[in-house]
Amino acid sequence: MRLLFLLMISLGIPQGCSSWQPWVKPYERSNLADPIMNPDRDPVSVDYVAHMHKTRQASRGATGGSGGGCGCN
Amino acid sequence: MLKLLRTIVIAVSLMGLCAVPASAKTVSGKAPDFTLKSRSGHNLRISDYRGQVMLINFWASWCGPCRQEMPLLENLYKRYKKLGFTIMGVNVDTDSTKANNYLKDMSVTFPIVYDTTNAVSKRYNVNAMPTTVIVDRNGNMRFLHQGYKPGYENDYKKEVVQLIKE
Amino acid sequence: MGQAVVVAVIKSMCNKLLSGIILCSIILLGLAQAAQATVLPEERADVMYHSYDGGGVTVSGPSILVRKNASTNTSVYYNYYIDHISSASLDVLTGGSPYTEHRTEQSGGIDYLHGKTTTSLSYTTSVENDYKSGTLNFNLSQDFFGDLSTLTLGYTHGKDLVSRRGLSYDLSEISRQNYRVGFSQILSKNMVVGLNWETITDDATELRDNTGTLSGVTLNNPYRAYSYYDSTTGQRGFAPEKYPNTHTSNAFAINGSYYLPFRAALHGKVKFYQDSWGITATTYQLNYTYPLASWIFDFRTRWYSQSKADFYSDLFARQDEYTFMARDRELATFQSTSIGVTASWDFAKNGWGWVDKGSLNVSFDHMEFDYKDYRNALVGGTPGTEPLYGYGADIYQLYVSIWY
Repeated sequence: MRLLFLLMISLGIPQGCSSWQPWVKPYERSNLADPIMNPDRDPVSVDYVAHMHKTRQASRGATGGSGGGCGCN
Repeated sequence: MLKLLRTIVIAVSLMGLCAVPASAKTVSGKAPDFTLKSRSGHNLRISDYRGQVMLINFWASWCGPCRQEMPLLENLYKRYKKLGFTIMGVNVDTDSTKANNYLKDMSVTFPIVYDTTNAVSKRYNVNAMPTTVIVDRNGNMRFLHQGYKPGYENDYKKEVVQLIKE
Repeated sequence: MGQAVVVAVIKSMCNKLLSGIILCSIILLGLAQAAQATVLPEERADVMYHSYDGGGVTVSGPSILVRKNASTNTSVYYNYYIDHISSASLDVLTGGSPYTEHRTEQSGGIDYLHGKTTTSLSYTTSVENDYKSGTLNFNLSQDFFGDLSTLTLGYTHGKDLVSRRGLSYDLSEISRQNYRVGFSQILSKNMVVGLNWETITDDATELRDNTGTLSGVTLNNPYRAYSYYDSTTGQRGFAPEKYPNTHTSNAFAINGSYYLPFRAALHGKVKFYQDSWGITATTYQLNYTYPLASWIFDFRTRWYSQSKADFYSDLFARQDEYTFMARDRELATFQSTSIGVTASWDFAKNGWGWVDKGSLNVSFDHMEFDYKDYRNALVGGTPGTEPLYGYGADIYQLYVSIWY
């Protein structure tokens, strides 16, 4: 538990406190910002499909997607 | 499970504390000179605008806040251009057709140049989209804004007026 | 340094209170200097008609979503959803007669953006004539490492009241808790991956009726029965299911999206599930998104496989053979495969009045369910020799979305 905590702190501190450089710059995110890169771009459909599966099978949870996007602001 | 969640939340919150640059800050140093092709086909060089206050805005066609900001920059330009102020819109799309399609619907009259290789964005250390740098009449960078949220245009106005008066 | 002291004090406070989890994150994030931000979800409205038809069950209805920014930092949404159910499924026909039902679900929520953190709170109610449910969701999302990484945390608390059609009292009260962690990482200009974990616990309290008798219903569906070999008749006998009153499950998913060298994208997802009832399940999903002029096409396939619960059996040797017995096919061993396609047509691309853009979408999926240990008891014959059950389902979605 403590190890996890320390690991997360050590990962987090360098973020703003040093000159760490992200390998994909904000102006290089054109493809990542493209709506086709977001498999969950229609929330009504995503929610409906998740509900439809949930009522017919035992498996549930971990339906979250991944990030990406424009990274603006 | 609860303890784990608690630990993660605290750790993440602490990460959030670590200095993330404020949206508006003062900067110094000469604005790196550059020459890029503009909408009209001619090359534009920013050192040619020495003597005017210049607002350099890095934007992309795929960036929501950039699109939100454009009409407000246009208003700023129209209002102060007669007093020795100009805006240089630097588009960072690697494919300029997307930018041009966007500009067809959004009428902006200030100069737009294309940084398709992103060399200028690198030189200016662009760390957010959009990024706005305000340069004084002597070619010195004075203010830096990272990102755009409604209300920033008021800060731009204040800073531009301050630099015009200098 | 002063910041570190404040943080230490708040940390010790947090260790004491359960509700401190939520309180803490808000306080600590408030201390963050960040004026930089990620972005709120897009403002939009969607109207959908959904339809499921398979295995003797048809479920259809509308889903309406409206989302709007309430301020520069907050976004609010409301969703209205209806399931109109007509069920003559095998389970229903084995136990009784077909029925129709109406389920109404409403959700409302708020997203608050501060710095690179989005905090979300939402509430959902679901009402049917024999089932009521209320759910509170809390989510926290933090971008860091130059916006290349996102960490999300979530907690859900829900309460369900289970009854039976025609009864004036409840049979069971279920308390649900979900704990979620997610991590998403941009690997390159063209690739992003995500990991998601969710633990869900259900706790049911068996309620008493007016005479003080326990209902016999915990986490089971009150209409379902298990089946046993009745030696007196040589046929199947049926008796109400008996379930444990707790259920804990864990799900872990890996997903990824890849932008191809031409304008198209591949999305994949693998999910592993296991629970305290002995069920394990795996899901594989693959999507291909292909834009063409004003259209976007999505082609998808999904393969799902699960193994049965410890207390599930299609046919028990005798009545009350075990403490817990179930014949609900959601707990059986089965596989399902599906393929589907969505076609989206973008309209008003250059705006139209206050509308920025819109899309018209049509979607079709076909699913095949293949049970390995659930038999079609309507067929008759020697119990346990009936054919294994399987069926196909067609799912349609038609929706219009506008952004403003």
